[in-house]
Amino acid sequence: MWKYLPEDRRGEYAATDDEAKRWVDSASRGQTSDARRPPELSTRDNVSRAIYTEVREGRGTPHGGVFLDISYLPAEHVRRKLPSMYDQFKELADVDITKGPMEVGPTTHYVMGGVRVDAETGASTVPGLFAAGEVAGGMHGANRLGGNSLSDLLVFGARTGAGAAAHAAKHAAQSYVDPVQVADAARELAAPLERETGEDPYALQRDLQEVMQRLVGIYRVEADLNEAIDEIGKIRARLPRLAVRGGRVYNPGWNLAFEVRNLLIVSEGITRSALQRTESRGAHSRLDFPETDQKGWGGRNGVVRRREDGSMDVTTTKLPTMPDELGSLLGGGAH
Amino acid sequence: MSQVHLKVFRGEPGEAPRYDEFDVPVEEGMVVLDALHWIQGNAAPDLAVRWNCKAAKCGSCSGEVNGRPRLMCKTRLSDFAPGEPITVEPMRAFPLVRDLVSDVSWNYEVNKSIQAFTPPANKPQSEWRWQQEDIERVQEYRKCIECFLCQDVCHVLRNHETDTPFMGPRFLVRTAGLEMHPIDAADRRGYLKDVGGIGYCNITKCCTEVCPEHIKITDNAIIPLKERVADEFYDPIQWAWRKLRGKPAAGAAGTPLPMLAGASMSAQPMSPPEPALPAPPARTAPEVKRPRRRSDAGDETASEG
Repeated sequence: MWKYLPEDRRGEYAATDDEAKRWVDSASRGQTSDARRPPELSTRDNVSRAIYTEVREGRGTPHGGVFLDISYLPAEHVRRKLPSMYDQFKELADVDITKGPMEVGPTTHYVMGGVRVDAETGASTVPGLFAAGEVAGGMHGANRLGGNSLSDLLVFGARTGAGAAAHAAKHAAQSYVDPVQVADAARELAAPLERETGEDPYALQRDLQEVMQRLVGIYRVEADLNEAIDEIGKIRARLPRLAVRGGRVYNPGWNLAFEVRNLLIVSEGITRSALQRTESRGAHSRLDFPETDQKGWGGRNGVVRRREDGSMDVTTTKLPTMPDELGSLLGGGAH
Repeated sequence: MSQVHLKVFRGEPGEAPRYDEFDVPVEEGMVVLDALHWIQGNAAPDLAVRWNCKAAKCGSCSGEVNGRPRLMCKTRLSDFAPGEPITVEPMRAFPLVRDLVSDVSWNYEVNKSIQAFTPPANKPQSEWRWQQEDIERVQEYRKCIECFLCQDVCHVLRNHETDTPFMGPRFLVRTAGLEMHPIDAADRRGYLKDVGGIGYCNITKCCTEVCPEHIKITDNAIIPLKERVADEFYDPIQWAWRKLRGKPAAGAAGTPLPMLAGASMSAQPMSPPEPALPAPPARTAPEVKRPRRRSDAGDETASEG
């Protein structure tokens, strides 16, 4: 019945609705029973898919989510363990999560993918450009687990800082910057401020959000992804008509005119990568390829590159070999 | 769909300030920041407002709503009476950047002047031991999200009424967390008295009232620090004891803080005009330097019991 459970953890959870209900009933009375708990505390990709399915099949809450209930735990325990959540629900929604259920729904999880970096130094493939944190790719595989982004930041933030410092020390001289390229970039950035009329960047952002939400969401399918690539192209075609009012000081509309170009690139990269990967793995779920295809896709990473003509090239590369010291930590299971 | 009427402060330093008015459609659960986002997306794309997490954890969207310092992401539209106009302004203690954004960089300069956590040099980390209740005590100060609403509401900073700098409640909170850390070996009492200007605080508790993290700033941070400073510098028995032992009072204070620049007055029509301050006394005569409202740290602690 719990179709979203990872196979190896199935034994930890209730096998039937009835068993789950018995567990909840006794837990709410503060008693123990031989029933196993329902599988609420799974990885985020599982929980998101489960919520999405419940809502789509008509079992959602009034606001289009599901109920999460931790009120069976002692109130003091909830307030101590989840102080921010307790405060936020209380202050923003008048909901006391120690007394009753809260409504929850999936949002963006994490960008599992990003700038390709060297693990030791954080160096990207562009000399002098370094990346760490969510913008850097590869750290979390297909599904970041809760708590891991903080460790990522601490470890790879330190490595990348040291890497960038070492690079700077070796390249003391001021690099040559092509003044023509700088002038072109400045002109392009300033253009929306100079146009009298045109498209509002907020309108482009809204349209892009709608496309990505509707077509490249939790569940993906080939036809939707192709449609999304078309739609993204149509929005990109409106970029040269962007116009913003106001000056250069703290102007969010002007800032968005710049950001929306980046949003389009990232959205296209996500969509083309999702289309390329004909399997389901971690947070990437294809309705038309619901299984994880270890033989076809295990050991292959997607790569997004800019071609000479500015278009996007999406291909794959072999997963790097796991270093011996890491493999030995994981029980010699390097592959 | 119901609507709210917003009056939003607009302008840059040196520009005639104005209030732009907007009718914003309201959905259930909306906060003031949502309304401002609606305005940016539909009516005024150049409206400047600083924000980030929309979950009351980053401390970016501080402003003044109907005259009260608040996080705009935590101020519900449903808290206002139907039809009541909502006036949104930037934090007025700090210099204006544009519209709802003020320049809070002075705070970062103050922060740098505080001596960081200083463990004893001769004790390796593996030998540090502290009690759960000590952890819980300093945890309260670490809840601070640096929204600077307490700095904004503090009359000492807001009215620019002193002739020497005052670090403000936020940095008394940070210092309290360091001073009460059981492993920390530094002594910041001289700094608090001479550089931080702790004596300027006259415990009106406005900072505690506006803190979105509900830190008891006055009771749990400022008053204990005032007591420590008073013990060190104003207790006659301590003074006599030190004389006898030939030991000086707590150490070097450090370099003076920068003064907080005022908001651009032309862009801040609602602030009362600044009263002219008497010329500051010469730096060489600290004993006559008693600006208005400064109360003696020793007196305050006595009155608090």
